[in-house]
Amino acid sequence: MITRTKLSAIAVAAALLVTIAGCSGGGGGGSSTSPQGNLPNIAAQKKLGAGEGKLNIIVWAGYAEDGADDPTVDWVTPFEKQTGCQVNAKTAGTSDEMVQLMRTGQYDGVSASGDATLRLIYGGDVAPVNTSLVPNYATISDFLKMKAWNSAGGKMYGIPHGWGANVLMYNPAVVTTAPDSWSAVFDKNSPYAGKITAYDSPIYIADAALYLKATDPSLGIKDPYSLTEKQLNAAVALLKTQNANVGEYWSDYTKEVEAFESGSSVIGTTWQVIANLVQSDGKAQVKTVVPKEGVTGWSDTWMIAAKAKHPNCMYQWMDWITSAKVNAQVAEWFGEAPAQTKSCAETSDPAFCDTYHATDAAYAANIHYWTTPQTACVDGSGKTDCTAYSEWTTKWQQIKG
Amino acid sequence: MEFSRGFRILLRVCMWIGLAILYIPLILIVVNSFNQSKTFSFPPTGFTLEWWIAASHSTGALNALATSIITGVGATLVALLLGTMAAFAVQRYRFFGRQTISFLVVLPITFPGIVTGLALLASFSNILGPLGVGLGIGTVIIGHATFCIVIVFNNVQARLRRLGTSLEEASADLGGTLWQTFRYVTFPSIRGALVAGALLAFALSFDEIVVTTFTAGPEVQTLPIWIFGNLFRPNQAPVVNVVAAVLTIVAIVPVWLSQRIAGDSVTSRV
Amino acid sequence: MAADQGVAKRGPVSAFFATRPKTRLGLLLAPPLLWLVVAYLGSIVVLLITAFWSVNGFTGAVVPTFQLGNIVSVFSEPLYREVTLRTIVVALSVTVVDAVIAFPMAFYMAKIASPRTRAFFLVAVTTPLWASYLVKAYAWRVLLEPNGPIDIITGGHSPGYGLPATVITLAYLWLPYMIIPMFAGFDRVPSSLIEASADLGASTGRTVRSIILPLVFPAVAAGSIFTFSLSLGDYIAVTIVGGKTQLLANLIYGQLVTANNQPLAAALSIVPLIAIILYLLAMRRTGALESI
Repeated sequence: MITRTKLSAIAVAAALLVTIAGCSGGGGGGSSTSPQGNLPNIAAQKKLGAGEGKLNIIVWAGYAEDGADDPTVDWVTPFEKQTGCQVNAKTAGTSDEMVQLMRTGQYDGVSASGDATLRLIYGGDVAPVNTSLVPNYATISDFLKMKAWNSAGGKMYGIPHGWGANVLMYNPAVVTTAPDSWSAVFDKNSPYAGKITAYDSPIYIADAALYLKATDPSLGIKDPYSLTEKQLNAAVALLKTQNANVGEYWSDYTKEVEAFESGSSVIGTTWQVIANLVQSDGKAQVKTVVPKEGVTGWSDTWMIAAKAKHPNCMYQWMDWITSAKVNAQVAEWFGEAPAQTKSCAETSDPAFCDTYHATDAAYAANIHYWTTPQTACVDGSGKTDCTAYSEWTTKWQQIKG
Repeated sequence: MEFSRGFRILLRVCMWIGLAILYIPLILIVVNSFNQSKTFSFPPTGFTLEWWIAASHSTGALNALATSIITGVGATLVALLLGTMAAFAVQRYRFFGRQTISFLVVLPITFPGIVTGLALLASFSNILGPLGVGLGIGTVIIGHATFCIVIVFNNVQARLRRLGTSLEEASADLGGTLWQTFRYVTFPSIRGALVAGALLAFALSFDEIVVTTFTAGPEVQTLPIWIFGNLFRPNQAPVVNVVAAVLTIVAIVPVWLSQRIAGDSVTSRV
Repeated sequence: MAADQGVAKRGPVSAFFATRPKTRLGLLLAPPLLWLVVAYLGSIVVLLITAFWSVNGFTGAVVPTFQLGNIVSVFSEPLYREVTLRTIVVALSVTVVDAVIAFPMAFYMAKIASPRTRAFFLVAVTTPLWASYLVKAYAWRVLLEPNGPIDIITGGHSPGYGLPATVITLAYLWLPYMIIPMFAGFDRVPSSLIEASADLGASTGRTVRSIILPLVFPAVAAGSIFTFSLSLGDYIAVTIVGGKTQLLANLIYGQLVTANNQPLAAALSIVPLIAIILYLLAMRRTGALESI
């Protein structure tokens, strides 16, 4: 009967679909199924060709301003005019989102922090960068080159963009005594219960670990990203206690701006750009402070996709964003230290680089930059009993409950 | 009257309370579009038209609107075609698996958006990716059409059920070809259901965000995606508000029109 | 005229199809079935298959070897059980709230309002569907914020952001989806039955309880399908008004994006899938699927 024949035809088609899916192996083009030691063999681009007319990049909010947020803050339009590459910038709130977006293969590049870079490198999603094709690379701060998070196998995998710290922000109208310690957000009996905010990503566990490093030496935490099972559990316990006092977690930075302005958050971890935005909006006053236990931070790198559809535009972007003037603009807008040494002469605030310790290698070395935790401890000790990021993410969902 | 006066008054009060609940947030949206404060502080700090002016200049919003209209029309057309065909098949013929078809058609709209989105993304990447076809407007239309089919299907099926086959048989008996029968007899009778179904399907596609996020790829920005990206931005949130206010006010026209065209007192089926 | 046309030949196409109802049926069914079964259900099957795969912990690349680890953890991890329970409770609460609010509204619109005002109310109830879902959720965020309208009205007792706010917002968003089928259901109750009941001396309450409610119940069930399934799968409204609350769809999204663990996300998706299918099957018995 027709119906039966049709049904079997459909069954065959469905089976075909399934087989195809099975053969191609699901999402992600990673070449290695073995642990991190296997560096994919991808060649860097040899020559710079003509621009392709388009560029799709994944960026942290504030890194690719085109005048939409503030008409005077725009370094994308001049780039588009000069190179003819139309920029399509997708904002991501966390490194995890960035990695996942890069995996789709639809983007040419990304401004990756240290907790995304190694995942991208070993996942075969990014290619090494031919630094001779990026003239501005020469004058970038030396202490940002060939670091553990942006290089592998002796090759640079990106162009450094800038770096900064995750500081503590508070509303002085409510938090009347200026806090100097992260205990303000970790204290079980915090007076601001219900109005504390924290960053919505498993990498925030490192902040808890950093706090425990100072307050509970018996745990023996040296590096907040190299945590043994016992140390991880202690950090998780601390975060579960904090969860009871948290009002909202944020990953979209403007959600934190709105939360502080409406008063639903009064204290929590932040990026400097958020504090700047709240201040300039004028609806609420905020202050930032670097607590005594130290801070985590990020050091961002522009990376190019392994199979970028518009590689020449991407190289042109990487050179543009690290040029003296533009790097200064980004740094001032976002509130971070520029990677370009020449930018210090271009900032509108002459003391900017001093405030952010932009050329102070010693200061830079004291920030605990985001990096991806692995079983082979990232502190270089050679031990292999550390917990990996996948475990951190499972614990993170349990913390939020 | 069959119902006591007290009961009727009670119902009328409930009706108006319900309408109030429905409209207070919408009124707030319109009020806030004139609110001077960028963060919608309440009570409003002042009256301003600057957001309306900014919205009319916003190329992002206008482009997103155009994209949404294109995908909406595309999805609605596909849904109209497939939904009507399925409705005719189920309503006019008896065959094995008839009940299953109705069940099947309903599934896409009842499955959580994230599951549909995930599934479609997995299929598109695995099947279209190797062929070099990327995610774009086409994949969005496919995603939307899938859950819009049920809307058209339900409306047309309900209508066909009430219609009966006598008119069509008469037309055939009088020598009408299939096309003539459809064009002069069937189509005018189901036109109201088609319009109602099409409007609701369009509305569903127009406002859809979850499945769209997974099937759109980097270059397609429908209106909901644009809104989602700008909702929390202090400088853009008021513009988003204006866009929403305009949409709501403008929507009264097609909804009212569909009411008129549908004719009978029973309105569209969800 | 008609007699003449009766003698004229029908087109060859029509003649062909006139004697082949099964071919007509086949042609009518093929495209929709192809779309729904092959494309859509096929995708779901692909998704379910990936649930049995795993990821390389470091690179995030999917490893297509069959293993039961994800399924086991989905059904044994206390976190997933807790969040599933929470989500189902939210979905049911939203359904109940919507049913309670929609019932008198649909009743009034179908049975009490005059035909002219009925058209007005129908338009009034359907129009909010066109306002953006995101903006409506955000409007509730503003309504519920500290020192916002609800805080002022209740004298400082706004529920704030959390589970109650999520239920309120979701109930608001899906209300029209409950009203419309219920209206259709009420409309189908023949007035003659109600009149007969009154003629036989039944009070209003008795008529509603014994005549109207049973007839309208399938429509209520139909509406509940939408409110239940839409709430079960929502992860956006809860991000906007839910504070730090996690629902099932947030977990799925988190595993997909944060953890880059697509197989586990697929495995977690099985839970709402089963819930929906069970709910649909239950509602099917009430005849709801005919009343959508």
